[in-house]
Amino acid sequence: MEILLVVIIGLLYAAGIYLMLRRSLVKLIIGLILLGNGANLLIFLLGKIVKGNPPLIGETEKMLTEIYADPVPQALILTAIVISFGLQAFAIILIKRAYKVVKTDDLDEMNATDEDL
Amino acid sequence: MSNPYIVLPVIFQLFIAVVLMFCWNRKNLQKLVSVIGSLLALIISIVLFVTVSQDGIQTMQAGNWEAPFGITFVADTFSAMLVLLTAISGLAVSVYSVGSVRNARIKFGYFPILHFLLMGLCGAFLTGDIFNLYVWFEIVIISSFVLITLGGEKAQLEGAIKYVAMNLLASVIFLTAIAVLYGLTGSLNMADLSLLVAKIENRGLVNVTAILFLVGFGIKSAIFPLYFWLPASYHTPPPAISAIFGGLLTKVGVYALLRVFTLIFIPDAFMTNLITIMAILTILTGGIGALVQNNIRKVFSYLIICHIGFMLAGLGIYTTVAIAGAIFYLIHDIIVKTNLFMMSGLIFKIKGTYSMRILGGFYKEHPKFSLLMAIPLFSLVGIPPLSGFWGKLLLIQGAMTTANYILIIFIILGSFLTLIIIAKLWAEVFWKDGLTQPRKKYIRYFDELKPLKKRAMIYPIVCLSIISLFIGLGAEWVFQISGQIAENLIHPEEYLKAVLGN
Repeated sequence: MEILLVVIIGLLYAAGIYLMLRRSLVKLIIGLILLGNGANLLIFLLGKIVKGNPPLIGETEKMLTEIYADPVPQALILTAIVISFGLQAFAIILIKRAYKVVKTDDLDEMNATDEDL
Repeated sequence: MSNPYIVLPVIFQLFIAVVLMFCWNRKNLQKLVSVIGSLLALIISIVLFVTVSQDGIQTMQAGNWEAPFGITFVADTFSAMLVLLTAISGLAVSVYSVGSVRNARIKFGYFPILHFLLMGLCGAFLTGDIFNLYVWFEIVIISSFVLITLGGEKAQLEGAIKYVAMNLLASVIFLTAIAVLYGLTGSLNMADLSLLVAKIENRGLVNVTAILFLVGFGIKSAIFPLYFWLPASYHTPPPAISAIFGGLLTKVGVYALLRVFTLIFIPDAFMTNLITIMAILTILTGGIGALVQNNIRKVFSYLIICHIGFMLAGLGIYTTVAIAGAIFYLIHDIIVKTNLFMMSGLIFKIKGTYSMRILGGFYKEHPKFSLLMAIPLFSLVGIPPLSGFWGKLLLIQGAMTTANYILIIFIILGSFLTLIIIAKLWAEVFWKDGLTQPRKKYIRYFDELKPLKKRAMIYPIVCLSIISLFIGLGAEWVFQISGQIAENLIHPEEYLKAVLGN
């Protein structure tokens, strides 16, 4: 399971960065989404994956004795997903608007900010 | 000492933003609420600063969960100082916005978003939890995304795409770094991390994590080679927004760098060398970039980069004196950069252009304004006794003690470049005879404004100029504060004790 996740995370990061390096706006945003998902899976992986041991203390016990699944990474991922959802929604609307105003999808043609007044 | 009131600067900004959203369609009421709210926020942050400097570090454990388990808010002198500076800049920009921001932008929620931005900034300065810092960073960037695109002009949208893409990338890298750090230590509390990271045996992995943090914060604070989004975007929004961006947003990155690299990762020789080289290149590229620009706002954008290099140099030298210098420079820079962008907005309102080729004759026409603007401009250069001088003096002293002579050469070269740039700007904008241009219809010129709006544009510049004069002339007090902050950063025992108990 760990090895599989490692490979998937590597692929997500690689694909995300590759897409960000392309000139198209749509690929830029897809790249960002993939990178975000990669980071979320990375948190999940590094929080140590434990099978079938929820972090619940039994009725007769006072504390957790066995190795348990850490709930913190899941809380972190949940927060990160919500935040990245908001940011990505904003970014998608932004590229749509930019496409309408600038009338191009090519980042190389977006030079208005470099023009000398 | 536990003190629940330290989150008040954050909550109060949220409160103002919510109140502002309730008066969505009443623009005059919004302006009033924003200015009065910012004034109260300033009072709150002064109270916080006084409390911290009298009673020492204040902490707040959210929900009374004890330190390594819950989310901690910590107000040490560094945080309290930056919250105070945020409140000062926030008030100045809020008043300035009354005069300069168009009603169309106010109708789309300019003021609430501005206060959300200030809330995020205060939160980022006050939090003691690394993941919480990430969340505050996100609040800051989402608000800044809205502010930078508000209005939807072509240049704004193009600048925003570059800004949004780079900042989202920085967030992902920051999140990756947090993930690796959590995997290594199993903690998120910065004080706890400080103890746990020191115990890790695999130093290679710690250094990799440190570099991930350096890259993530580096993009946000615009250090070489990660700054290219800044000059492409900071000159596109209205001057009031540029002012708050130029003054505070890159400085959050610098704050995070200073905090993380003194508390969690103690830089070894490799890291300090890397940071020093980055600082040198940042100073050089920022300075040279500013030299060739013709748009005054772009000149100031590149100067932000150049001066971020000075602060980074302090971290690269890594002695108490040098870090005190970096913090002195940070304090000075927040005030001066906010002021410079507001000033460029005033010049635009009077002359109708930002281009140095067309501008000119400002001194002949407006001698009083010119003298006023000379204060932030020459503070930036650091002509003694103005405020920019003292920070650089401390930095050079620090570099002397570690025999880092190359860095001294570049700090002096950076100051010299700044001097050339400001001299050029002064000659072009204020002294030479300008070209007369036909008035453009879409600009509301300064002399068409109502007297109240005119005052709202001038008073913040006057106030911030007085503050930078105070930082320069009353340098001893600021020296003491920044020396104390640096001492606490290098020796974080007090911070650890305040957060973790014992």
